This record gives sequence, structure tokens and C-alpha cells, in this order.
Amino acid sequence: PPAHSHSDWIGPPDKHSNLRPVIFYVPPEESALERRLREARQEAQDSNQRFWARHNRAFRQEKEEFIYSRLKAKGLEMRDESGQKATLSAEEMADFYKDFLSKNFKKHLQYNRDWYKRNFTITFLMGQVALVRALRWLRQRKKNVEQ
Amino acid sequence: GLFALRLRNTGIQQIRCPCVHLCRVGDRLITFQYFNFLKRMYVTQCNKDLSQQAKPKSNSTVSPFHELQQLDQERKVVCKISPISPVHQSWSETSSRNELRETKSAAETEDSLTPVGAESKEDRQWKEMKLRLDDLPGILARLSKIKLTALVVSTASAGFAMAPVPFELTCFLLASLGTGLASCAANSINQFFEVPFDSNMNRTKNRPLVRGQISPLLAVCFAACCGIPGIVLLTLGVNPLTGALGALNIFLYTCCYTPLKRMSIANTWVGAVVGAIPPVMGWTAATGSLDAGALLLGGILYSWQFPHFNALSWGLREDYSRGGYCMMSVTHPGLCRRVALRHCLALIGLSTVAPVLDITTWTFPIISLPINLYISYLGFRFYRDADRSSSRKLFFCSLWHLPMLLLVMFTCKKSVLEKEDKGDLLGESHDRAMEIRLP
Repeated sequence: PPAHSHSDWIGPPDKHSNLRPVIFYVPPEESALERRLREARQEAQDSNQRFWARHNRAFRQEKEEFIYSRLKAKGLEMRDESGQKATLSAEEMADFYKDFLSKNFKKHLQYNRDWYKRNFTITFLMGQVALVRALRWLRQRKKNVEQ
Repeated sequence: GLFALRLRNTGIQQIRCPCVHLCRVGDRLITFQYFNFLKRMYVTQCNKDLSQQAKPKSNSTVSPFHELQQLDQERKVVCKISPISPVHQSWSETSSRNELRETKSAAETEDSLTPVGAESKEDRQWKEMKLRLDDLPGILARLSKIKLTALVVSTASAGFAMAPVPFELTCFLLASLGTGLASCAANSINQFFEVPFDSNMNRTKNRPLVRGQISPLLAVCFAACCGIPGIVLLTLGVNPLTGALGALNIFLYTCCYTPLKRMSIANTWVGAVVGAIPPVMGWTAATGSLDAGALLLGGILYSWQFPHFNALSWGLREDYSRGGYCMMSVTHPGLCRRVALRHCLALIGLSTVAPVLDITTWTFPIISLPINLYISYLGFRFYRDADRSSSRKLFFCSLWHLPMLLLVMFTCKKSVLEKEDKGDLLGESHDRAMEIRLP
């Protein structure tokens, strides 16, 4: 993002986590409230990034292992004659999906709780910041009018 | 599906989407068009089909506040690309149904090809998170899942139309508006809750909050600005019962269905109730009371949700598994298919109950039997075969089955005047009989 910009910038989805990173703008006169908001957002972003990158990597890895083990059981190779990667049918993969979902169930519950809490906190802080800014702007206008 | 195949073969170069026409056309609420949208969305993802990957995108169902697809994405791209081929212009201008369908499918299929090029380039850039006022309507439309909302409003209208009372235009409009606002609010909150999950699923990764086009605060404010006036409008402008149902539906969708999706498969049943409530709301808006008729209409929509959603979710198993969504298709596949079949059959039963409750004439179960039997047949095939092709067939069928069923129901509606006339006739003949007897 350009140096002169006064707003946050959002980037393309991350390769691992599929989440879009945000670079937060730090205003020169950042109030304590605004700093809290920015830090909360940064922290949430980092935590989400860590979770999903790890989770997706695990998914991909376990999926590969599953396909490999199933193919081996069937006596096939990972790549067939034409060099194409061998895939299993959707029905065979269904076992893997079911397994993966149940294995990660508790992890997801924990993450959900975490995410909801963060989301509410951040939005509430945003509300507070917006309110403060609005009041400040109104006060400024009143001052200008009086002058 | 076959449109997709045909177009795939013709190659990308020829196809450009007739932009504006499609955008405008896409906004109409006419029933026969609704399943075109859904089919379009489905067709779009067809060519991204790989062995297990596949994702029929249309999760959008008539009523349930289920997740919609990236219609928004397509519409956005559609509007950007300028029409070049006159052939396509003429396509979009003709009003015949098939051509409209073709155009849409065409536009949408290639739409999915071009976005991969155009949008992904756009996607890879860093964007300033500043809200532009001219983008706002589009963003809010996507946030509120405007097309799904339109479908919800149309089921509510169906409920209103089926109520055995004389038609009142103002009441109808107020009820539709209130329902629409409530739906917008619920959908916005849903998206607000699901940002990281939406980013990870192919179908939903282009939503406004995911892309940072709007801040969460604004999304919540928008939801409040839609929901509160919507419910107030329903309570004061229509009747308190409808208002209460609207508020209940928002609550069920945002606070029950959305979190439940990640906790237990029970979410599908809750979602089905969410989908069943709008027609009930339409009915109560017209009559002011919860009659058996309202419950029947709700029941029909409730049952419809299952073949529709279960068939759809069959192809989404990978995304659901990775995203941590607890869906029957992943955890209890046998149950998934059984429930879908069960409810297809229930639709036949419910259609038969309609004349018993004096909502329609007896022609309704007779005329609707072929379509109900067909969807049940597909439901049975899905149950037995449990593969992608049967799930897709069932899903596609559900898209046209519902509007057709509602249409037939409306045409077979027992006319209010008919009932009154019959009453008068009896009274008249009685009087005449009396006259004859008395000298």
C-alpha cells in the first residue's frame, strides 16, 4: 500500500489460510481507544491466519495420505500411465471427509467460541470509535459555527 | 447441465456476456425466472467440476435463508464486461423463456470462465479499504443476499395469495416489504458471523465482508436498519402475529441456524423451519390468524427443503469437511438420503391434505401428482445410487418443482366467491321452497 494512504489496505487471499490480510493504517494522533481497536483487529487476524493455515495444511496432508493408502490398498500407483494423478471417487473420499470432520470437531468448537468473541469485541470497539469520532466532528462543527 | 456442456465446447472466445441486460433481467421477482437464477448459479460452477471437488453452487433455496452463491460475483463481472456479440444482444432481447434461460446459462457459464481470468487478476491486487458510495448499493445487495431475499418474499406472497380472503393490495405490499427487510437483516448478520468460514469455501469466498469491501460495523448497522423497521412495519402495518413470526425467523436464522451449522446436523431441520416460516407469514398477514392452511403451506415448504438441500450438500462434502460444518451429507450420509426421500414422499401426502382443509379443490393433488411422483422418483434414485449425478438431478428438479407446485396450488385455489355463491344458492333455493309452501 502506498505510504501516503490514510486507510487500511486489504490484500489477496493467503495461499494457506485463504484469508485476506489487512494492513492497518496508524494515524499520527491515534487515541487509546483506536489503538485498542487496531491491536484487537491485528491480533484476530494473526490468530485466524495461524488457525486456518495450520488447519488447511493438515487437511491437504491427511487427504494425500488417505488417497495414498487407499490407492495402495487397491494396488494402484499415485500416478497412472498417462502421468495423471490418480484420484478416488467421491464416495471413497466421503469416508475421509467424515473422519476429518469428527477429528477436528472439538478444535472447531473452540475456534468458534474464540472467533465469535473476537468478532463481537472488534465490532463493539468499532462502534465506540465511530461514536467518538462523530462526537468530535460535531464538536468541531459547533466550534466552527460559533467562530 | 447440458447448457454448460454445450457452451464449454463452443469455446470461450465467442462468448461474452450481455452485461446490462442480464443485470436488469436478473432483478425481477417473477417466479418462472427464479429457478433460472438458481440453475444459472449451478451451471456456472459446472465447469469447475473435478472428481470430488465439484460444487454445485446453488444452495439458494426458495425460502430458507440458506447460503446463496456468488451470484454477486457473477453479476459484478457481468456488469463489467461489455457486450460485443450482436448475437448475444438479440438473445437477451428476446423474451421467450428458453432463450432467457440460455442467455443466462451462457452468460453465467462463461462468466465463471472469465472471472477466473479477470477477477483473479483483480483479486491479486491490494485494495484500499475505503467505502465508495457508488459501490454501496451493490455491496449491500450482496450482503443481504438480495436474490435469496427475493425468493423468500415470493414464497411469502404465495402464502398471502393462498389465504382464503379477498386480496388487499396495501396489506400485500406491506407484508412483502416487511418480509424482505427482515430477510435482508438476517442474511447480513449471517455473513457477519461467518467471515473466516466463508473465505475458505469456494462458493462464498467473494462476499463483501470477506473481501473487506465493507466493515463489520456497517454490516451490523445495515442489518439493524433493515431488521428493526421491517419488524415494526410488519407488527404495526400488518399485524402483530406476522411481526412476531418475522422476528422469530430472524432469531432462528441468525442465532440458531448459523451457530448450529458448526455444531450439529440438527441445523438442517432448523433451516427447514426458517424456510417454512415466510409463507406462513404471508398467510397470517392476509388472515391475521394461524390457520391449518398456513401450517400446511409451511409444511410443504419445510418438506421441500430436505430434498433440495440434501441433494445440494452432497456435492459440497469436501468444503464442508474442511470448513468444519456439520452436515448430514458428511457425517450421516445414509440419513441424508433417507430424509430427502422421506420428505419427497411427504410432499405427496401434504398435497393431498390441501383439499381436505378447503384450501384447494381436489384437482390439486391430482394435477400435482406427476411432479410430486417425479421428484420422489429422483429422491429414490438418490437414495439408492448415492452419487453425484443423482444428487444433481434431484437438486435441479427441486428448483422447478417448487414454483410449479405453488403455481398449480394457486390455480387450484378454492375461490372465496365460489364458497360464498354456494352459500347464497342454498339460501335462495331454501327461500323459494318456503315461498312455494306458504300460500
